[in-house]
Amino acid sequence: MAEYPDRLRQLLEDFRWMTDREERAEYLIELADRLQPVPEHIATRPYPPEAHVDYCESDAYVWAEDREDGTLQFYFAVENPQGLSARAMAAILDETLSGQPLEQVACVPDDIVLDIFGRNIAMGKGQGLMGIVARVRAAAQQRLVARQVPQNRE
Amino acid sequence: MTTIDARGYAHPEVLVSTEWVADHLQDPAVRIVESNEDPLLYPSGHIPGAVEVDWTADLNDPVRRDYLNRQGFEALASRIGITPETTVVFYGDKSNWWATYAFWVFQLFGHTRARIMDGGRLKWEREGRPLTREKPVYPPTTYRAPERDDSLFRAFRDQVLEHVRAHGQLVDVRSPAEFTGERLHMEGYPNEGALRGGHIPGARNIPWSRAANAEDGTFKPADALRAIYLEEQGLDPARPTIAYCRIGERSSHTWFVLRYLLGFNDVRNYDGSWTEWGNLVGVPIEK
Repeated sequence: MAEYPDRLRQLLEDFRWMTDREERAEYLIELADRLQPVPEHIATRPYPPEAHVDYCESDAYVWAEDREDGTLQFYFAVENPQGLSARAMAAILDETLSGQPLEQVACVPDDIVLDIFGRNIAMGKGQGLMGIVARVRAAAQQRLVARQVPQNRE
Repeated sequence: MTTIDARGYAHPEVLVSTEWVADHLQDPAVRIVESNEDPLLYPSGHIPGAVEVDWTADLNDPVRRDYLNRQGFEALASRIGITPETTVVFYGDKSNWWATYAFWVFQLFGHTRARIMDGGRLKWEREGRPLTREKPVYPPTTYRAPERDDSLFRAFRDQVLEHVRAHGQLVDVRSPAEFTGERLHMEGYPNEGALRGGHIPGARNIPWSRAANAEDGTFKPADALRAIYLEEQGLDPARPTIAYCRIGERSSHTWFVLRYLLGFNDVRNYDGSWTEWGNLVGVPIEK
C-alpha cells in the first residue's frame, strides 16, 4: 500500500478495520453526501458522452482538470438518484486523488473498490464502480504520457 | 398508469401498489422486505417497518455456489419475523430486479404468500412517501420450511443442455453486447467471469429491462409485454421456457414477468447462467 496516495492509504486503513456491515454503510452514506456538484465551468447538463463511465448503471461522469501544481482535479456527477454507492465512490476518489501525484494516481488499482465496499457489493455494481476508478486512472496516465512525449524528442 | 388489475396480467394478485403498501404498514400479517443491488440504499432510508434481505449475505450459501438450504431459510424467516402465513412484499432498486430475485428464492421454499410492490423503491420515492433510517426489530418467529425444491423454477446446466438439444425456448436477458459476446473482449473492462463470449444456441435476446417502465420502475401492461415477448420475439407461453443472464439475477425479473404477468406455464431460471455456461468445456455456444 506504500505506493498509494497518502489520503487514499489513510482511508483504506479506516475501512480495513471496519468489519461491521452497518458501520461501513453508515460511513459510506456520509461520504456520498459530501459529493460536490460539478462546477459550471467544467460541464453543464446534458453531460457529454465522452465523460460517461462505460457500463456504470448509476450514470456516472468523470472530468479531470489540470491544476497549476501539475496534478489533476477530478470532478464527478452521478445522475441516477439511487446511485448511492457510485456517489460514495466518486466522493472518495475526489477527496483522496485530486491534487495527488499523477504517478501514484495512474497506478491506483480497481481492487480499492473491494477494499472500500467489501464483499457486500454485487458483481455488476462492483464493475460499475471499478469503471469510475478506471476513468480517473486513465486521465492520470494520459497526462503522464502527454508530458513524456516532448521529453523523448529532445 | 392504469391500476394493476386493469393491466391484463395472468396473475395480478402477485403485485401490490405503493398505495396498498402505504395502507398496510401497520398490518401484522404483512412484512415489507427491501432487496437492492446497492447496499447503501436500505441504510440510507427505507419504507417504515421494512426489513432488508440482502442477496449476498442472506440468500446465498456462504461457501458453495448455491442458495441457502432449508435451515438457512428458516433462520432468515425467523430473523425477519415471518411465518408461512405472512404476506411478504418485496421491493427494491433497479425496477425491482433484486426484489424479484429474492421473491424467486422464496418460491424455492414454497412461500407463495409473496408479492412485489410495483415500481419498487423508485416509485415510492417519487411519490414522496415516507422513508426512515430506523431499523425495525421483530420478535423472532419459528418457521418450518420444506426442503428447497428446485424442480419447478430452477434449471441446471444438464437440463439446459437437453433443452438446447430439443430446441427448447430460451431467453437471454442480458444486454445485446453481452449476447453477441462483444462485451467480453472490451478493452479495459473486467470480463464477465467467463472464458467464452456469446449465448446459448437458440436463445432469444430480450434485455430484462424492456419489461419495465424506466421512468417509475413499474411493469408494462400485459398488451405491451405480449407485443415484445410473443409478437416480436415469437415466444410461445405454452412451451417450456428457460431464462438466464450472467448469474441469474436479471433473469429472475424476466422469470417473474413470463410466469406471473404473461402466464407462461413452465418457466425456469437458469441461475448458473453465463458465468457457468461460458466456462463449461465442450458445450455449444452461438455468437
